[in-house]
Amino acid sequence: MANVAGKVFRVVGPVVELEGVSSLRMLDMVEVGEQHLIGEVVRLKDDRAFIQVYEDTTSVKAGDAVYSEGRPLSVELGPGLLGTIYDGIQRPLDVIRQKEGVFIGRGVHSAPLDHSRRWHFVPVVKSGDSVVPGQVIGEVQEAPLVKHRILVPPDIRGAIGMIVQEGDYTLNDRIATVIDAGQEKDVFMSQRWPVRKARPYRQRLPVSEPLLTGQRVIDTLFPIAKGGCVAVPGGFGTGKTVIQHQVAKWSDADIVIYVGCGERGNEMTDVLLNFPKLIDPRTHRPLSERTIFIANTSNMPVAAREARIYTGITMAEYYRDMGYNVALMADSTSRWAEALRELSGRLEEMPLEEGFPAYLPSRLAEFYERAGKVDTLGGAGGSITIIAAVSPQGGDFSEPVTSHTKRFIRCFWALDRDLANARHYPSISWVDSYSEYLDDIKDWWHTHVDKQWQELRLVIMELLQKEQRLLQVVKLVGADVLPPSQRLVLEVCSLFKNGFLQQVAFDPTDTYASARKQFLMLSTIIVFYRKGEMLIRKGINVAELKALPVYTEIMRMRQQYSESQLEELAQMPRKVEKALAELDF
Amino acid sequence: MKEHSLREYVGLEEVVGPIFVIRNIHNVGYNEVVEIVDRDGRSKTGMTLEVGKGFAVVQVLGGTGGISLSNCRVRFKEEALKVGVTEELLGRVFDGLGNPLDGMPKPPYEELLDVNGQAINPTARDYPSNIIETGISSIDVMNTLVRGQKLPIFSGSGLPHDMIATQIARQSRVKEENFCVVFAAMGVKYDTARFFIKSFEESGVLDRVAIFLSLADAPSIARLLTPRFALTCAEYLAFRKNMHVLVIMTDMSNYCEALRELSTVRGEIPARKGYPGYLYSDLASIYERAGMIKGSGGSITQLPILTMPNDDITHPIPDLTGYITEGQIVLERELHARGIYPPVAGLPSLSRLMKDNIGKGLTRDDHPSLSSQLFSFYAHVKDIRALASIIGEEELSPLDHQYLKFGDEFEKRFLTQGYFERRTLEEGLDLGWDVLSLLPRDELVRIRQEDVDKHYRPRAADER
Repeated sequence: MANVAGKVFRVVGPVVELEGVSSLRMLDMVEVGEQHLIGEVVRLKDDRAFIQVYEDTTSVKAGDAVYSEGRPLSVELGPGLLGTIYDGIQRPLDVIRQKEGVFIGRGVHSAPLDHSRRWHFVPVVKSGDSVVPGQVIGEVQEAPLVKHRILVPPDIRGAIGMIVQEGDYTLNDRIATVIDAGQEKDVFMSQRWPVRKARPYRQRLPVSEPLLTGQRVIDTLFPIAKGGCVAVPGGFGTGKTVIQHQVAKWSDADIVIYVGCGERGNEMTDVLLNFPKLIDPRTHRPLSERTIFIANTSNMPVAAREARIYTGITMAEYYRDMGYNVALMADSTSRWAEALRELSGRLEEMPLEEGFPAYLPSRLAEFYERAGKVDTLGGAGGSITIIAAVSPQGGDFSEPVTSHTKRFIRCFWALDRDLANARHYPSISWVDSYSEYLDDIKDWWHTHVDKQWQELRLVIMELLQKEQRLLQVVKLVGADVLPPSQRLVLEVCSLFKNGFLQQVAFDPTDTYASARKQFLMLSTIIVFYRKGEMLIRKGINVAELKALPVYTEIMRMRQQYSESQLEELAQMPRKVEKALAELDF
Repeated sequence: MKEHSLREYVGLEEVVGPIFVIRNIHNVGYNEVVEIVDRDGRSKTGMTLEVGKGFAVVQVLGGTGGISLSNCRVRFKEEALKVGVTEELLGRVFDGLGNPLDGMPKPPYEELLDVNGQAINPTARDYPSNIIETGISSIDVMNTLVRGQKLPIFSGSGLPHDMIATQIARQSRVKEENFCVVFAAMGVKYDTARFFIKSFEESGVLDRVAIFLSLADAPSIARLLTPRFALTCAEYLAFRKNMHVLVIMTDMSNYCEALRELSTVRGEIPARKGYPGYLYSDLASIYERAGMIKGSGGSITQLPILTMPNDDITHPIPDLTGYITEGQIVLERELHARGIYPPVAGLPSLSRLMKDNIGKGLTRDDHPSLSSQLFSFYAHVKDIRALASIIGEEELSPLDHQYLKFGDEFEKRFLTQGYFERRTLEEGLDLGWDVLSLLPRDELVRIRQEDVDKHYRPRAADER
């Protein structure tokens, strides 16, 4: 059992100072007072230790005992994670609710995984086989479509001494032993891992495949690679959360980890109530079966908000090690940075810009570097993609969290207030956003969708750039004075914005668009532009083009054609060509 | 109460502003209640802000005036600040700390609850549903308010936010009898408080309102507790007594100023504009107390009012509020100056919970696309107005002129309504179509064809 590690000397909000400390190490987990509030050692000095407490410290007194088991804050990893809702320190909120009622009390302890549940274990190695760290020794069907691979823990290698037969076991049952340097070590279906330590892998690999999100502005204009990092900054009301939800719902990741960092309670409820009902378009199973939720709403204790991002990424690494592509949504990292600032202030550290501590950039870097595509210890390929929302204060992208984040990511979806005000969603700005993954993933599009992808994408990007310049002119003198060729550019861009970039998350057809649908829509619009340009040169005016019924049809493509009607949509480019050709005689 | 076991200490070490430091004490917990009796026997309440071995830092709620270092007695109550709640709170007026101001005795309480409340387990929450029809079209049609939502009014000094709040309270009086209002005033002038009380009186709901007043002349520290008292009371009414509670809090800016004041006195490291780094967490601990709980019939809907300093929406107070609340109703000075009431700004206003609670089977099929179309046209109108101010209206194209006409009618007919005018949602939607029909049919790209067919009704050509 836990030993007394020290006594409380001082309490300042979530930070507690201890005295009489001798055995505590940095980042050890402790329990404070008779309520056993969970905390973590963040600073040591002489016989003093500073603890960041993950729960409300009301009524903690000087002299209260503090207990420690001498191990760092860690998470329990094993079958049963999927579909579960945890708080920032991996307490299952469902179980807590059954125990404690609707409000979250303090000092509640509950095992993260259900140790009484039996899982059907199928071994894949035999006694006597030699195994390396991270190797698969057996499988458990965790969800209908997810095989949970039981791995040799990263610090054990040797020969299998014993392994159980196929059958039903609980997490408490020893399923194998490994003889490691003459010592017999037990292997269970679950293992613990300290959250602040990245799980090891064999080597990093370059990214090559897009994480398809079904969102046109993302996949076509600013794609993200599996194993990449993207930041989504935007002021309040610009639709960060909806984008996070959409990507969590429709992206082609195997596992999604949704970390709600200090966001709204009602929003979290929306996710929790909706995900079990939503069906994955590829696998036709409820989305919640591939999702882990970490919910720490803004009114839950601030220190746990700081920890939860690590809890999330550690779980992501665990599934990555099984060979899965994992997507981690962090909504929002600014709240995490603010938690860091608040704790830093309480520790009386020297503040820098806007009160943030000097180690903000290095903490951000540590977090983002845990993403990536890797060759795992067990030899499988897996990846973690991070999609991190940033909530810049006052919508100002030059503030510290946004500007530092930009250094560690390669894809940036800037949300634009003007677009959001005009209810143009997703409000990802095509002017300020960028993706450095284009070159890495273009081959995928060219092999799997169409060889023309990069070329057509460039055409539309150029048009959008041109439009920006033209709009400057229009603002001063109006659109009527522009020559027809330039008015066509404006018209095509408006068509592209309304008929392609805008995507209604709440429309059953429009909410998801496959890569193929996106490409067909894009090529239809490009055909309209190219043909239109030729006609304009022949003296046909823009209004005539706009009056064509096919124009409205292009505008309504996104809602008109569902995923099962792509063959019909494939006729659109030709149809547009024909309709325009009729004008030309 | 464990009064008998309480130890009493005499003498303080230091008094700074509303805070004092006391030494040589034992067994004092963080964030607990302290009773201070000064030389003249007057009693004040305080709370521990920081505790350590042999010392405590205490903030005094009534202000430290009259407290001396040597002659004052301090008692530590060994519990967090609690408020006695009962249904009898309705119809009564209290100060910011829960003491009656209406001359009647304190009602006997049924339960003593911690004013800080506890976080609702996200798995226990129910997603807000059922819209509240406020009878104000700019809210019902464009920024629908939903039961269990927190929707602040972002205003500026001199704008009619109080009128809008009272109009909402009066008109959204849902048919059910279990509707009530909790009103918390923080640092507002007496006139403002009086306006609210009078309007509750006139609409005959005063006996369904619990009022907590911490006026501008009350010590600033008391303002920090006022919303917590009010919300604890609201939680009791909503989740124990199954009532639908509308909580109006005015003015959150004053609350934040008080927080900054206290933070500065404590010598904390400031973040932005001198506000403490935990302003977000602190505001969240107030706003997040709205919502619904599974298995309980009640709800808490919050309508906080805040005046944006200098009308600046990027100021930390509105900014952080916007990140926590589910949308905002922004009032616009320009509309107000043109005599448009309610001056609800068309574009920056937003209700996040609207999307899931309107449309087919909930309000009317065309509601979502109609509001989206109105928003996008109005945004376009703003562009054209900007253009017109440069090149002159005469130079605009005929279509642009139609847009300008739409913009005017949108503001004068759709937005504008009387303080006592209650427009149903249906009427609001029809009016929306009415102004939308000023524009050519082809422009309505955001609305499904069927809905256009059903509702689009252009007026005769001569009228245009």
